[in-house]
Amino acid sequence: MKTRYSYGGDEHIYVEIDDEMSLDAFFICLSLSKLVRAANIPGVTEICPANASFEVRFDPDVIAPDAIMAKIKELEHEAEAQEKRLETRIIEIPVFYEDPWTHETLMRFRERHQDPSGSDLEYAAKINGYDSVAAFIEAHHSQPWFVSMVGFVSGLPFLYQLVERDKQLEVPKYLRPRTDTPKLTVGYGGCFSCIYSVRGAGGYQMFGITPMPIYDPEQKISYLKDFMVFFRPGDIVKWKPIDRTDYDRIVKEVEAGTYAPRIAEVKFDLDAFNADMTGFNAKLMEALNDA
Amino acid sequence: MTLEIIKPGLATSVQDLGRPGYFHLGIPEGGAMDRLALRAANLLVGNDEGAAGLEAVFMGPEIKFGAEMSVAVTGADIPMMLDGEPRETWTSFTVKPGQTLSFGFLKAGARIYIAVSGGIATEPALGSRSTYPIGALGGFEGRAVAAGDVIPVGTGAVVAEGRSVPLALRRRPGTPAVLRVLTGLYWHRLTEKSQKAFFDDAWVVAPEADRMGYRFRGGTPMEFVDRPQPFGAGSDPSNIVDGCYSYGSIQVPGGLEPIVLHRDAVSGGGYFTLGAVISADMDLIGQLQPNTPVTFKRVEMDEALAARAARKTMLADIRQALA
Repeated sequence: MKTRYSYGGDEHIYVEIDDEMSLDAFFICLSLSKLVRAANIPGVTEICPANASFEVRFDPDVIAPDAIMAKIKELEHEAEAQEKRLETRIIEIPVFYEDPWTHETLMRFRERHQDPSGSDLEYAAKINGYDSVAAFIEAHHSQPWFVSMVGFVSGLPFLYQLVERDKQLEVPKYLRPRTDTPKLTVGYGGCFSCIYSVRGAGGYQMFGITPMPIYDPEQKISYLKDFMVFFRPGDIVKWKPIDRTDYDRIVKEVEAGTYAPRIAEVKFDLDAFNADMTGFNAKLMEALNDA
Repeated sequence: MTLEIIKPGLATSVQDLGRPGYFHLGIPEGGAMDRLALRAANLLVGNDEGAAGLEAVFMGPEIKFGAEMSVAVTGADIPMMLDGEPRETWTSFTVKPGQTLSFGFLKAGARIYIAVSGGIATEPALGSRSTYPIGALGGFEGRAVAAGDVIPVGTGAVVAEGRSVPLALRRRPGTPAVLRVLTGLYWHRLTEKSQKAFFDDAWVVAPEADRMGYRFRGGTPMEFVDRPQPFGAGSDPSNIVDGCYSYGSIQVPGGLEPIVLHRDAVSGGGYFTLGAVISADMDLIGQLQPNTPVTFKRVEMDEALAARAARKTMLADIRQALA
């Protein structure tokens, strides 16, 4: 890993921990962004951790660009030395794969896709070497995912699968971005899954849809009353495949205010995970089953 | 007190100076695209500089006032009428209950700011009244205003008519508009030839120019330094592992058309950025119409900070002129 610092105009510092994705890079980003937050540097207005990089916005009238740059560099060694452990939660997110709404949308934007003859899932299964869409869907939901970034638009999570690199699923983004994506689409681009928090433009491949809202500016949804955004970096997600009947039932429960996402408090330890991924994931999923 | 929207214009929305602090959740700072113009409009009608007003783009709305209040319109150059009688932009005037403000065709610039004494008084969301339509957040019901909307206005004293911002303190883009840029971020991804071409080429504002970002076209397609793409970045040479974007940063998907991210920008994504427009020139972008010629000018940090100081002096001069 080679950390690279840059100014982004006169109001931002951009720190790229690594140019490739890894959980090690993510953990340094998270630690470093927490240290910058805790340092309470006057003039800092935004601290945004991302997958393998992070960014700080500052007011150059309050702190000079070279002074803030020096302060962040001072914290880098401390961040690298921190233990890569996290008190977090695992959340079960129901997914209706191959749903009619994303299917209608992907057909509408077929000419912007690498393979106009099939669906996004058929294409993703093929280029990742799976015999069938069903086997690919199984690979997508059988092991848990790690929220490595929240952003793009309102509360959208980027998720990274907790498996060895050679088992990571990888797909390109659409050749040209769509102008429409259904709200709550479960998407895929590069090595990341995402949930589109709101309807809008998007370039990720579309695999399915969740009935569980993750952003509510009116804060009426029972589990979004305290804050309008559901996800935070470090959350762990387990997709649960559901069918149309489950989907319709959950939509009704959300509307009635009776839907409670299944959540368990867990600890994530990167060294323990790296030592035994399958065993570590099994324990995470066990905690969820007990919740 | 209220005002009623008779005709909404194109994408007229409630804006103040924005909501910093939530970008790490994908909620942009938002706020007026031309912040100096909004500040000036507020100062003209005796408001705090950060009060909420209406931002209209390319076309003025038609507004009926529900009470006596002071009004000022700043930003773009546009003729306007109060009950059919001409009124000057950048100048305060008083309206009576039932009077209607309407606009002619835009002459120069892109966005106007309409301030009323007392300010627009919609309910703040996450500390700001700025409208973020994609997230249905803030402003009037989280959306652009529509015909028939009755917008709440705060209580403010009516000020003298004819208070005016001196001509020299009304900032306008030149022709071509010059946007100063600090290179950095993923600048090293471009070949030397493309780095040079970016600053040498003549660009124009593309039709896709809105609060999220301004797109430019007309320059040479960019070439990238050869490399094996890093794991997780995606296969296109313009792709990176998704990272944070920033206000003013310049991304070039596929190396084709640069996009300068503006106040409602997405907070991150997977395209490389070559640097950022300096903070002092961001307000100018808000006044660019499609097809406006633009050149990018390379500057260093000391020039960016000097330009920022010059903008502060200009604001101080406006404050003094209206004190």
